[in-house]
Amino acid sequence: MTNPTLVIRGGLIVGPLESFLGDVLIADGRIVEVGSKVTAPSGAIEIDAAGCWVGPGFVDLHTHLREPGKESAETIETGAFAAALGGYSAVVAMPNTEPSLDSVAMVGYVLERGKSAAVDVAVAGAITIGRQGEQMAPIAKLAALGVRLFTDDGNGVQDAGLMRRALTYAQPLGVTLAQHCEDESLAQGGTMNEGASSSRLGLTGRPAIAEELMVMRDIELVRLTGCSMHFLHLSTERSIALVLEARAQGLPVTCEVAPHHFTLDETACETFDPEFKVHPPLRTAADVAALRAALRAGAIDAVATDHAPHTPESKDMAFDEAPPGMLGLEQAAGLTLEALGGAEADPLAFFSVLSRGPARVAQLRAQDVRVGHSAHGGAISVGEDANLVIFDPNASYVVDRDTLASRARNTPYHGRTIHGRARATIVRGRLVQLEGNLQ
Amino acid sequence: MAERERLNTRQRGTVFVPKSQLLSPEEVQRAVRRMAHEILERNEDVSNLVIIGLQTGGICFADRLAAVIQEVSGVDVETGTLDVAFYRDDVTIRPVLESAETSVDADLADRVVLLVDDVLYTGRTIRAALNALADWGRPQAIQLAVMIDRGHRELPIRADYVGKNLPTSQEEAIDATLDGVWIGTLVKK
Amino acid sequence: MIESIAGGNLVSLATLSQRAIVEVLDTAESFVEVNSRTVKKVPALKGKVIASLFFEESTRTRLSFETAAKRLSADVLSLAVASSSVKKGESLRDTINTIDALGIDAVVMRHSSSGAPVQVSRYVPHVRVINAGDGQHQHPTQGLLDAFTVRQVLAARAGTSGRESGSELFAGLNVLIVGDIRHSRVARSDIEVYTRLGAHVTVAAPGTLLPPDIVQWPVTVANNFDEALATADVVGLLRLQKERGSGAFVPSLGEFTSTFGLTSRRAKLLRPETIIMHPGPMNRGVEIDSQVADSSAAVIEQQVRNGVPIRMAVLYLTTAGATLESGPND
Repeated sequence: MTNPTLVIRGGLIVGPLESFLGDVLIADGRIVEVGSKVTAPSGAIEIDAAGCWVGPGFVDLHTHLREPGKESAETIETGAFAAALGGYSAVVAMPNTEPSLDSVAMVGYVLERGKSAAVDVAVAGAITIGRQGEQMAPIAKLAALGVRLFTDDGNGVQDAGLMRRALTYAQPLGVTLAQHCEDESLAQGGTMNEGASSSRLGLTGRPAIAEELMVMRDIELVRLTGCSMHFLHLSTERSIALVLEARAQGLPVTCEVAPHHFTLDETACETFDPEFKVHPPLRTAADVAALRAALRAGAIDAVATDHAPHTPESKDMAFDEAPPGMLGLEQAAGLTLEALGGAEADPLAFFSVLSRGPARVAQLRAQDVRVGHSAHGGAISVGEDANLVIFDPNASYVVDRDTLASRARNTPYHGRTIHGRARATIVRGRLVQLEGNLQ
Repeated sequence: MAERERLNTRQRGTVFVPKSQLLSPEEVQRAVRRMAHEILERNEDVSNLVIIGLQTGGICFADRLAAVIQEVSGVDVETGTLDVAFYRDDVTIRPVLESAETSVDADLADRVVLLVDDVLYTGRTIRAALNALADWGRPQAIQLAVMIDRGHRELPIRADYVGKNLPTSQEEAIDATLDGVWIGTLVKK
Repeated sequence: MIESIAGGNLVSLATLSQRAIVEVLDTAESFVEVNSRTVKKVPALKGKVIASLFFEESTRTRLSFETAAKRLSADVLSLAVASSSVKKGESLRDTINTIDALGIDAVVMRHSSSGAPVQVSRYVPHVRVINAGDGQHQHPTQGLLDAFTVRQVLAARAGTSGRESGSELFAGLNVLIVGDIRHSRVARSDIEVYTRLGAHVTVAAPGTLLPPDIVQWPVTVANNFDEALATADVVGLLRLQKERGSGAFVPSLGEFTSTFGLTSRRAKLLRPETIIMHPGPMNRGVEIDSQVADSSAAVIEQQVRNGVPIRMAVLYLTTAGATLESGPND
């Protein structure tokens, strides 16, 4: 059964180098024509994209799909729906499931389940067995399945010796190790950023140095081993500066920032609402400003959501007992747009951090493409896989936690007006959502 | 008429705004003196009396009655003060009152207690005072003296000694001290 | 800033104005008098149901609150959750909703997590929430009874009453708080109450027991403990919070005592009129020598006694009902 032909009319077709107004014709999972007035065959679905940006579907480097093990919070299916509504055509599933994605069986399970999901599901394998930080997972075998990113996310690999070995082992395999940078002994089991706020509230803090010290360590290990490394959810001004300097020195490092880290700061925790609890924690206003400036300067490779669903019961606990993490797939694009300057933002920069940059890190581009995944983050040109988003930078809506596609409700943005919305998402040539309705 | 505002310490957030004076200080003194004689007439053994003024408006009248009784009979009657804030039956619908001092040194068993207040209105303050006194032992009898009885009783309470009967409407307020009695309104601050 | 806790909650002293604090102290004076009667009971909270919900054990504080509630004629539901089947990790919302279904007017709660009462007040906004200590955050009634005790002692010396003095006696008073400030909710509450009343607060502790960013707090950090003792009008000692991990922050209890303990030797540096306080329970021989704890300068027993009238005042003001609307006097 083939998908109907789609024609997108009158949008601003974006990048990678320049943008122009035009139409796009999609058939059989590919872009078949791009031009100023495309003729559509009969039976084609017309999508009006006037005033909208038409670009490659967003790619999330950092999604927690919770399956297997925590399906009460989210499943591959529901997470993919949330992604589609957010404008994503691909997500990379994090391995901190139960059991972890540290074996051929588990990775294979998620890849198989992902085939019927609304968006393309790639998998990040664990670096160590059970994410315990003690013994390396079968990285080569998982790479053979198509895994290109490895992380123990949820936690950073604490043992420097083990991290060095993993980088050394991974380097010739052409894969990237990704790190949740937080030294646990410095983080002292804290629940929010360490500072005047945490000290007044009587909450143990996670100091910035816990993140920054591990960033420093891993930069040096990359220098030593030559393996490429991706830094997950950098949250402080200094972390960004360290990685940018390393990159300037020619080291193979990339980085992502999460929307909550460039939108909210530590004062949100003053209500003791666990909705605002996350690791690494919300930081200072100065850090937020620095992250936004780095995004605008084009210094960040990717915006990644760290979409972390939790059941309402689990977030209805005391602040220090509740699990960390917030939802993000459905609002990430709008929040990124705001940080880049709103409707005046440069669409090239927008698609760079939301789609092209992450597609490169995840190795999901046409030149990287592997069996089981189509190509993402590409140019809008004839022959490319049709993974597209139609994004309206002038739309706005109020977030309602009860109408999210995600199974969970833990969004810190409930009641907030978001500017910018994905009006339609096309995955492998199929229209998966239109105007907020899953097709 | 002199503009005079007396901060009503009983109810937070209100101020008494006078409209007109009903009794001059001299008239108040005469009424108190007359009540003192009535009290002496009715209570043969005046040393068995304990005069308790209700916070805050009744204190000055209790002291004055004790002084006049001392002048006339030579007996130093024991006095005390009672704050009924914690005994009110309407504590959920009335403001949390600023509480004042309670000081009752005498043993009230078998004594005659004379409660003294400035204004008798719904009777709820007196009822609260009766509840409070019940916790202090068992007086032989309780009598009530008030400077002004303004009517509108909501409970079956009556005063034994009244300085002056003053019918009023419920929108009005009364302010009674040894410096005189005014009628006016209570206004939110 | 909140101007009065009447009809509201008492979760933290950080949001109370001086006026609100003095109101509690003055109301507590009346309850001191009630506690001196033969019948130590008033009907002010008759018919009200107060739940006492202690997720963290504390016999002393719980009994103090329950006594206070009963002396106000309230009905008390005592739930020692710490020893019940409620496990850590159970939804706080579910626990409080179950209790609320029984029909309560107020809940007095102690919890090992900072902010738990704030969260509970959001789950049950119609129930008055009184914080009996939450993690490292606040212990408001302790702060209030400490200030009340100081006012009581100073007023007696000045020959006046606490009520008459309002907050005057605190102006320019030097309060020195010593010990594990970092982990102490009592310290946070004390610092709020004393600074709000006009006193000047100095803290003394080993570097690791000072909270991060203490420089942003409205206190002075003592760099010479002995000198600070000599100029203090009030010395408040804190217990080393071993259960909150303070053990890892100092090399040994012995070292803590030798550097920051109020030993008999150090007590001699104090002026004769300096008041010594401790929220209890004391680690005799650690933060305070037994001899010093039992000396006449220490008002520790008085603090404990004042717990009941202060808690009566807090329960009365928050739970008696009433919004601030006026009615004609009668």
